[in-house]
Amino acid sequence: MKPNYLKNVATLTLDTEKCVGCGKCGEVCPHGVFDFVNDKALITQRDLCMECGACALNCPVNALEVNAGVGCASAIIKGWFTGGAPTCDCSGSECC
Amino acid sequence: MSKDCCCSGELDCSAERGEFRETNIPVVSTTLSARDIFGVLKVRFGIGRMDYKIEPGLYAVGNPDDNSPVLVSANYKLTFDALRKELSSLDCWLLILDTKGVNVWCAAGKGTFGTEELINRIEKTGLSEIVTNRKLILPQLGASGVNFNEVARRSGFSVMFGTVRASDIKQFIADGFKATPEMRTVKFTTRDRFVLTPVELVSAAKNSLFVLGVLFLVNLFAARQFGVYDFIAYAGVVLTGTVLTPLLLPVIPGKAFSWKGWLLGLLWSIFALWRFGWFAQGFGILAAGYLLLLPSVSAYLAMNFTGSSTYTSPSGVLKEMRIALPLIIGSAGVGAILVLIQTLIIGGAI
Ligand code: SF4
Ligand code: SF4
Repeated sequence: MKPNYLKNVATLTLDTEKCVGCGKCGEVCPHGVFDFVNDKALITQRDLCMECGACALNCPVNALEVNAGVGCASAIIKGWFTGGAPTCDCSGSECC
Repeated sequence: MSKDCCCSGELDCSAERGEFRETNIPVVSTTLSARDIFGVLKVRFGIGRMDYKIEPGLYAVGNPDDNSPVLVSANYKLTFDALRKELSSLDCWLLILDTKGVNVWCAAGKGTFGTEELINRIEKTGLSEIVTNRKLILPQLGASGVNFNEVARRSGFSVMFGTVRASDIKQFIADGFKATPEMRTVKFTTRDRFVLTPVELVSAAKNSLFVLGVLFLVNLFAARQFGVYDFIAYAGVVLTGTVLTPLLLPVIPGKAFSWKGWLLGLLWSIFALWRFGWFAQGFGILAAGYLLLLPSVSAYLAMNFTGSSTYTSPSGVLKEMRIALPLIIGSAGVGAILVLIQTLIIGGAI
């Protein structure tokens, strides 16, 4: 199945100036968000980004920024009630 | 090796009974026993699923030597089983991190499958003395918790992010540690979704016991008793929200999970009300109430499935919730009041 979720919400940004074209973001991204043009990364599938944060964490020059977190409704609801950041406490489960 | 974790799943008992290599590293089997498979079912249905973990540390698969590849994974037993059964005829090492019994993806989000734990585990197991190569293969979905630069700097090991699915690992190794874009992409197939549904259903059913309790109390005062038809109508939306919607996810029109759940819930509700004759005269308020209440239950349950998906972004889920939650609560609230009005005051046979 081709994932197809809400459009224009992902918080992913790329600073092309900083990018050194190492390709790491393309390696870690599980949704094929990046392409490489002229030895630089390019965000071509922003709407597929699930904000996992893998690319930003592994970019050696901090060219990527994303508001990473868990895309899980019950975790977000829990976060509202406890006032903390959403975390999934689904210990041992496959969820989140 | 502590008993409580491994022996529950049988797998390391062989190691415990003395099948140790001279280095004291337990050798794991690449076939699952009947008990492992039973364990999977139990976890999938949410029966005693907590603490289904194995001891973190280093394991051997086949007959690895100091140059064999090192695969890193989580100490959630289902993850471990899914991985080892793909490793038949391979000689490799498994470095199992302590993720508190949580799968890789979830643990990476929490940081337990993370840079610190990886570096710690490398030290604790003395990995650098056991292998001479300095390469670690991590599951792709662990990348959101592990910074490869820092691991390299502090431990001397270079991290390669492998494939999303354990079933591609062999190919990845055979191809000289190269993953195709295909191997790197999350798919979330019908089967992936299907195995996740029982646990959603069981947890919804548990919460439903409370609802049934309330209905039982209401029945004591009711002019029209809640009966088996009400139960069927309700059970139907629970199934719709927890099983049917996730299964049909890609073919239901629209994008938001709650919308998809609502749509299917509405279809079911119309069908049920029609079958039970609640569109007849005298049941108008009940029918209106159920049409408001039932689909919103299904919408809510479907929305919770965002937690099981591996493609919904937090920003997206938040946006969906901001719109859907007030509608769900409002509609369910008004619906419940209407149903109660018919039940307590107006009454009606059936
Ligand atoms: S990881 Fe960073 S530097 Fe490397 S290609 Fe991606 S954006 Fe550019
Ligand atoms: S946050 Fe995750 S999904 Fe989004 S682009 Fe980065 S690696 Fe890909």
